[in-house]
Amino acid sequence: MGIDLTAEAASRHQAPTVRGPSEEPVVLTINGTHHTVGLEPRVSLLDALRDRLGLTGSKKGCDQGTCGACTVWVDGRRVLACLTLAIACEGRQVTTIEGLAADGEPHPMQRAFVEHDAFQCGYCTPGQIMSAIALIEEGNAETDEDIAEFMSGNICRCAAYPGIRQAIKDVRDARERP
Amino acid sequence: MRPLGYARVSTVAEAVEIVATDPAGAFLAGGTTEIDLVRLGVARPDLLVDINDLPLHDIDDLPGGGVRIGALARMSEVARTPAIAGRYPGVAQALLLGASQQLRNMASMGGNLCQRTRCAYFRDGVSPCNKREPGTGCSALDGLNRGHAILGTSEHCVATHPSDVAVALVAFDAVVHTAGPGGVRRIPIDDFYLMPGDTPDRENPLRHGELITAIDLPPAGIAERSVYLKFRDRQSYEFALVSVCAAVRVEDGIVTEARVALGGVGTKPWRARLAEQHLLGVPATAESYAAAAAYELSAAVPRRHNAFKVELAQRAIVRGLTQAARGGMR
Amino acid sequence: MNTAIGRPVDRVDSQAKVTGGARYTAEISLPGLTYAAVVGARIPSGRVEAVDASRALAAGGVLAVLTHENLPEIAGQPHLLPSLLGAAAPGQSFFPMQDAAVHYAGQPVALVVAESHEQAQYAASLVDVTYRREPSITSIDEGRDRVYEAQRLFGGLMPGRDERGDVETALAEAPVRIEAGYRFAANHHNALEPPATTAVWQDGRLTLYDSTMGIRATQLTVAHLLGLPLSHVRVITHFVGGGFGSKAMTWPHVTLAAMAARHVGRPVRLALTRAQTYTSNGHREEQEQSISLGATRDGRLTAIRHHKLSITSRFDDWAEPATGVSSQLYDVEHYEGVHSLIQGNTMTPTFTRGPGETLGVFTLETAMDELAYELGVDPVELRLRNHAGADPRGNPWSSDGLAECLRLGAERFGWHGRDPRPRARRDGDWLIGTGMAAAAYPVAFFMPEQRARARVYEDGSAVVQTGTQEFGTGVLTVATQVAADALGLPLESVRFEAGDTDLPNTSAAVGSAGAGMVSAAVHAAATALRDRLVAMAVADAASPLHGADPAAVDVADGRMRLRDRPGTGESYADLMIRHRLADTEAVGSWTPPPLDTPHGLLTFGAQFAEVAVDPDLGLVRVRRMVGVFAPGRVLNPKLARSQLVGGMVWGLSQALLEGNEMDTRHGRWGASNLGEYLVPVNADIPEITVEFVEVEDDVVPLGIKGVGEIGQVGAAAAVANAVFHATGRRLRRLPLAAELVMDPPASS
Repeated sequence: MGIDLTAEAASRHQAPTVRGPSEEPVVLTINGTHHTVGLEPRVSLLDALRDRLGLTGSKKGCDQGTCGACTVWVDGRRVLACLTLAIACEGRQVTTIEGLAADGEPHPMQRAFVEHDAFQCGYCTPGQIMSAIALIEEGNAETDEDIAEFMSGNICRCAAYPGIRQAIKDVRDARERP
Repeated sequence: MRPLGYARVSTVAEAVEIVATDPAGAFLAGGTTEIDLVRLGVARPDLLVDINDLPLHDIDDLPGGGVRIGALARMSEVARTPAIAGRYPGVAQALLLGASQQLRNMASMGGNLCQRTRCAYFRDGVSPCNKREPGTGCSALDGLNRGHAILGTSEHCVATHPSDVAVALVAFDAVVHTAGPGGVRRIPIDDFYLMPGDTPDRENPLRHGELITAIDLPPAGIAERSVYLKFRDRQSYEFALVSVCAAVRVEDGIVTEARVALGGVGTKPWRARLAEQHLLGVPATAESYAAAAAYELSAAVPRRHNAFKVELAQRAIVRGLTQAARGGMR
Repeated sequence: MNTAIGRPVDRVDSQAKVTGGARYTAEISLPGLTYAAVVGARIPSGRVEAVDASRALAAGGVLAVLTHENLPEIAGQPHLLPSLLGAAAPGQSFFPMQDAAVHYAGQPVALVVAESHEQAQYAASLVDVTYRREPSITSIDEGRDRVYEAQRLFGGLMPGRDERGDVETALAEAPVRIEAGYRFAANHHNALEPPATTAVWQDGRLTLYDSTMGIRATQLTVAHLLGLPLSHVRVITHFVGGGFGSKAMTWPHVTLAAMAARHVGRPVRLALTRAQTYTSNGHREEQEQSISLGATRDGRLTAIRHHKLSITSRFDDWAEPATGVSSQLYDVEHYEGVHSLIQGNTMTPTFTRGPGETLGVFTLETAMDELAYELGVDPVELRLRNHAGADPRGNPWSSDGLAECLRLGAERFGWHGRDPRPRARRDGDWLIGTGMAAAAYPVAFFMPEQRARARVYEDGSAVVQTGTQEFGTGVLTVATQVAADALGLPLESVRFEAGDTDLPNTSAAVGSAGAGMVSAAVHAAATALRDRLVAMAVADAASPLHGADPAAVDVADGRMRLRDRPGTGESYADLMIRHRLADTEAVGSWTPPPLDTPHGLLTFGAQFAEVAVDPDLGLVRVRRMVGVFAPGRVLNPKLARSQLVGGMVWGLSQALLEGNEMDTRHGRWGASNLGEYLVPVNADIPEITVEFVEVEDDVVPLGIKGVGEIGQVGAAAAVANAVFHATGRRLRRLPLAAELVMDPPASS
């Protein structure tokens, strides 16, 4: 094993293109829709969504990876949009809170959050919901301890944590009961 | 954030070449440290070379029972890989106790090894800091240093290495594979981390343009019952006050082999070799563990706000060894 | 009729919040929008010697760099007054960038405006500022030689000293005395939405989108600072991402955004970074409190002396008042409460959830725990024995409930039979302890008249409006409930509008007063409108209600009918169509009772906590909490419960996690992000039980005493008292960090 630089170099097509630093067209796939948007490479996915695409559901709480309010899915995995460059998402599938509702029907997690009053000011809520759904998909919602631990990357300053956990358990249990 | 050029590469050779030939170039993997530090103005690349498409994502068994972890494998993937969780539970636990699931989904293993200290004076971009601006002095020596290191420090820097998984990798003698302008090389992980000495800006031996390609975990039977314990103010999503990776083999009540490494207290992920030596041949008791821990920490240099870590680290070692001896599970 | 009030209905804005549709201030999109970034001073004291903006101006997209050299002078500086008062409410009586002086690190020294957020942020890093550093004081320890007693607090509203009887003698003669001192680290609100303002000028009129807890305060403050007629300043705020006091006052960045927009002639959005919030919207000041309790052997308090020392800014005598509860909660003849200050190089501190009293009660209730141990009396019983039946002037409480809260809390928690011996319970590596505290918080009453407007349409639907704003309290929901009941309409038929100073005015929603005063105004408006429609009906020969006594008419489902003959009546819609009224409306107002109302005004509660402490490692984990509260009428138990749980978590967090230290050499905070300034994450928070004790209160508006603060008060003390029970060690600092909690090394 290991990297054979010579063999790899031989298969190389052409020198990679350097893009930026000024604005250029970037193709993003958000909630299944292609958008071509002029962006400098330094623009984060979060700022691209909020300032350029009008998708303000993803929130900016810290802009440094410490709060989770900007949680979105890239290629199906929950990540932080504030530490992701938008241009690096070309060719990847980005899903935001705005992409959850199917045919106008809210996602069960959205309904469960309402039912359990799992928010107050609502600012962390889209990130919580994106994490909460992913949590179940990951298989990290088996126990109360796991839910609390694997939801700890989403800070809720209003402290709706008990309600958030209850909403997740409801959705998990409803899925298990077909 | 400063203006940035961006290039996406598909081969290691391209990646190395483009960064090696641009003094202001840097690799971009998960971005969890890099983008943060660029936004803070602490890292100042002009070109980010996106290496996420490189074929360095796989996690493979090595002959003899070891595992090779591709440098771009994500922390969350590595943690749930059966070979890691089964053979190196301390590594898997360290991964899961680091950061948050979102960050673990982003952060690559190679990037994790290169993550930078959380020292507030380093990150603020303005305070004197020898790591950020060599020769300006260290604000932490006599400043707010609760989070700072007590082992491996120098008069020039007391910044703590923040990684969890690196602590576990250090305990099990991982080997870092790199590719650079000068070719490929293998670096034992304990040599990968440099003590600050009088060049705290140099944290590892990587040359400009040299890329981590893989991390090997060599076969180590003792790792199968390893534990990683992390102690912090908050229950989750916080860097360690003290963490310990511990594994111990006990035969007839006597320690015959031990691995101990510490996080949160060292300027590098700290292999507690003094403690390990002290443990060989002693009864597997809390008293022996405490004696070994005291031996390791005798070299500690506490500062005003972190003196408690000297005691805390010793107690953490005892707790870690006790749990490891009990069979690994909490 | 009363069908919506008291029901646990879902938030009316819940769909907007769970779908990402709710627009917060920094999400307002406007044509031609530009972006501003603040440059904060690196030094805590001194002067700006020079600003070289050339690199910033040369950077891409930069439209302007404003400094003290080119920013226009303000028209006038309003006094510092709490926003609840309904006047201009700057967070501090100092406005930056008027001259070269620097009074605190982070003080704005320059403002960059650019075409994009990225350009503005980057250019801000290119503004080269040269400073002349002067000596600074940024901690209590640095200023001990210049302590002075505060004459007035809260912008002059409250005295700094409160005394009665002869404390000195009473303490000297007390058979039992407890004396203790505590140190409290500074706290930062860290609302998850960093403050933001978007400013737009059109034809000399200013519209501000602002993340504020008081749009009216923003309007008054900015108009005063800029010398604008009030009619020329409109403030719009639809959703606010948490406040906790940080957005209760109008901080300088709001006006700076307006000034920048005027300068560049385009709309400007100014969003503070997370790090900037630590030096831009106030904080809970670093403080020390000391308390002396005198008591008889049978556990009757005879004297309390309660002193607070804290650090404020160079320009304002600001301290959270800490003695409003300790002076009233217990029946004690001799009392002395004193606030002392040090002026230092920080910005003016501000309201932080449970302002003042949360730490004042911590001090009191921790001392009460010590007294209980000293006397061998159960802590719950000790509170019951001393609870005052009236306030110190002898006025009865507007409503009480403390004893019921204590008893119910003890029952729900399983307090009885507790072994009081410390360090007696173990669970593996953990020591288990339980603790409790009484809770009380003053009911604030100094707001001006509050107004609302109600309109009914000919189809029987209604719109109710008032200029409040939603930041998580659920005010939109409870106001809708109040309006629906007062109008006799189903909840679904009522839409509540807020968040715009063009609507009838209410004060800033602070001090737990928001729900009460807004509800009172809405109730007044809705009632006035219903009365008008009923009057129209009984006067109308064509109405089945013609000639009826209006007092005999009630309304349900939009239908007015005789209370004792419900078959006789007609709908609002029928009446209005007959009168060719497409809509009709009424304005209602509510004026608070005079401040000298002959009633004691406190909200009461009781807090219980169980903790596990790892004494080797200094770790504290809260296993469960029970809080019982008597907040008067509960409009919506679901939402009230959420707010109380939130408050209890803030108390937990204050006890265990939150604190910031100054690096006094640099005069800068040690932590300025959520990685290092610790707020609780999900895994820190156990299941929490909240119960209500019903009390009737006909002094406060609609009987509502508020739930914003009381959940936090006493929670930290309950946790700390539980830590004592677990470990046997009384720790006198917050937060209870590992180095305090861990058993000292055996050798020392």
